[in-house]
Amino acid sequence: MDAVFWQFCLSGLSAGAIYALIALGFGVVENATGIVNFAQGDFLVFGAFLASSFLLSWHCPYWLTYPVVIFSTALLGLLLERLVLARARSREILILVFITVGASIFLRGIIKEIWGKRPLALPPLFREDPFQLGGLVIDPQNLGILLVALGAFFILHLFFHYTLWGKAMRAVAVDPETAALMGIPVSRVVAASFALAGALGGLAGMLIAPVSPLSFDSGVVIGLKGFAAAILGGYGHFGGALLGGLCLGLLEALSAYFVSSAYKNVLAFAVLVLVLLVRPEGILGRRRGERL
Amino acid sequence: MKALFLWSLFVFSLPLWVTNPYYLNVLAIVGLYTMVTVGLSLFIGYAGQISLGHGAFYALGAYGSALLALRWGINPWCSMPLAAFLTALLAWGLGYLILRLKGHYLVMATLGINLVVYFLLIELEPWTGGLSGLPGIPPLCIGSFCLTTDRACYFLIWTAALLIMLLGIRLTQGRLGRELKAIRESELAARALGLPVTRYKVAVFAFSAGVTAWAGGLYAHYLGFISPKTFDIFYSVEVVTMVLIGGMGSVWGAAVGAAFLTPLPQVLSFFEEFKDLLYGAILMFILVVQPKGLSGFLEKLGPFGKGS
Repeated sequence: MDAVFWQFCLSGLSAGAIYALIALGFGVVENATGIVNFAQGDFLVFGAFLASSFLLSWHCPYWLTYPVVIFSTALLGLLLERLVLARARSREILILVFITVGASIFLRGIIKEIWGKRPLALPPLFREDPFQLGGLVIDPQNLGILLVALGAFFILHLFFHYTLWGKAMRAVAVDPETAALMGIPVSRVVAASFALAGALGGLAGMLIAPVSPLSFDSGVVIGLKGFAAAILGGYGHFGGALLGGLCLGLLEALSAYFVSSAYKNVLAFAVLVLVLLVRPEGILGRRRGERL
Repeated sequence: MKALFLWSLFVFSLPLWVTNPYYLNVLAIVGLYTMVTVGLSLFIGYAGQISLGHGAFYALGAYGSALLALRWGINPWCSMPLAAFLTALLAWGLGYLILRLKGHYLVMATLGINLVVYFLLIELEPWTGGLSGLPGIPPLCIGSFCLTTDRACYFLIWTAALLIMLLGIRLTQGRLGRELKAIRESELAARALGLPVTRYKVAVFAFSAGVTAWAGGLYAHYLGFISPKTFDIFYSVEVVTMVLIGGMGSVWGAAVGAAFLTPLPQVLSFFEEFKDLLYGAILMFILVVQPKGLSGFLEKLGPFGKGS
């Protein structure tokens, strides 16, 4: 286990942290509505491109760009729910899921229309050079991504456990009908969940764009990785999202290290399917009893 | 049955006035999609399952038949059913493993299979030709007459598609259709009534995979060239979208979905860069206002759909 191995691990974990943020976005929507939001990856790309306009075209500072972009993608999530999903005439999960597929194609069209087909990369978050730590060369980018993602998870943990809205969201996740009987405005909680998912997408987009270039259609692949992470950890389980994301990132990095980077995708998804065969509800997911 | 007969008449007389090879090509592709969506509608609409992995089966049928013909010189008339049969067999085995999964987990497992097959097509370059694709696939021939024109392939493909539609309608009208619907409504209740739920789900999965592979084989021998791009997850998402847009739970819905969505990108290319935007908007609009799909809408309009 040489230094290169640990560097693979670190970059795997930092990719995994981003998957975890996307997975969390999937989880929030799942808990409120039970649907998979396939536009989640496109929220991320939208956020990254919006940030590029702020940072590169209008020369805004980072501290201003971050909140504005997060707010905008949150608004995007809110609009998707209010203008489209809430108006759907069917409550069938499969139909709602494929409405988000349509939304994803639509969003990709918009991104292409506004920003064009050229891939974009944001300037690095930190300008410091990589530093040495006991024989390891550590890129502050990777460390920064990991810390920001963990920080976001911590803040959300506080939000879900210590605020009224957070508790309302958890109550809706357990049982929307009972929650409604307790006086929780379920439809507003659902809208808020989409806004939160949008915000998480925007944050993930701004984290990933400095390290790997994005183009208008990158959302599909990245969204898929996030979805895979969410499933791996247990769909709709927040701790599972973190664990699943980090595991998937590590899994990819290790397959690249031990086998070859050409086969990293094959191996990552093959292992994922195998895990599902052993644990059909993900690593941390709860097995729900079935009843008629 | 009467509707199917009329539909066949319409389909087979279409080349009389459509002579533009490009239009015939699009219509033949509609036929291929119809095969896949009809098979898939049994799995989605009747058995109530979901698969985003049918691109993999399409790929296995296409590459399987092409490689059997190219590497071992097997006649395409034999290699195509052989590839379809082997794919169905594989799907049958896989089905026993993954069809225990539910909902989003099943989506992920089927997606995973699609991705693994897709990446393998790219990486196993000595066999598949990698990203640049596999050229020179022999066409289907009857004696010395080879089906190379769009018109000839149109007839061949639609014969297969109509056969699959007939089979689909026969299967779903009888006892099997009711039993699959019972599984869709409540798996647990169906099991409690003594239905071998897993066996049914696996059988329908294998059937739809085999049909999809058959369509893939026809595609390969029709175009003579295949590359991995055709078989990515967009394909899988597209065919499920067709089933939903057309209206799940009926063979006609699947056919309507294929006939509507296949040419749509070509029609929308008239709007150039707004193409994707409009495509997404149309999908959203139909699913929001007409969750029963276009066939549900047509049914309201007139006698269509009932007579099948």
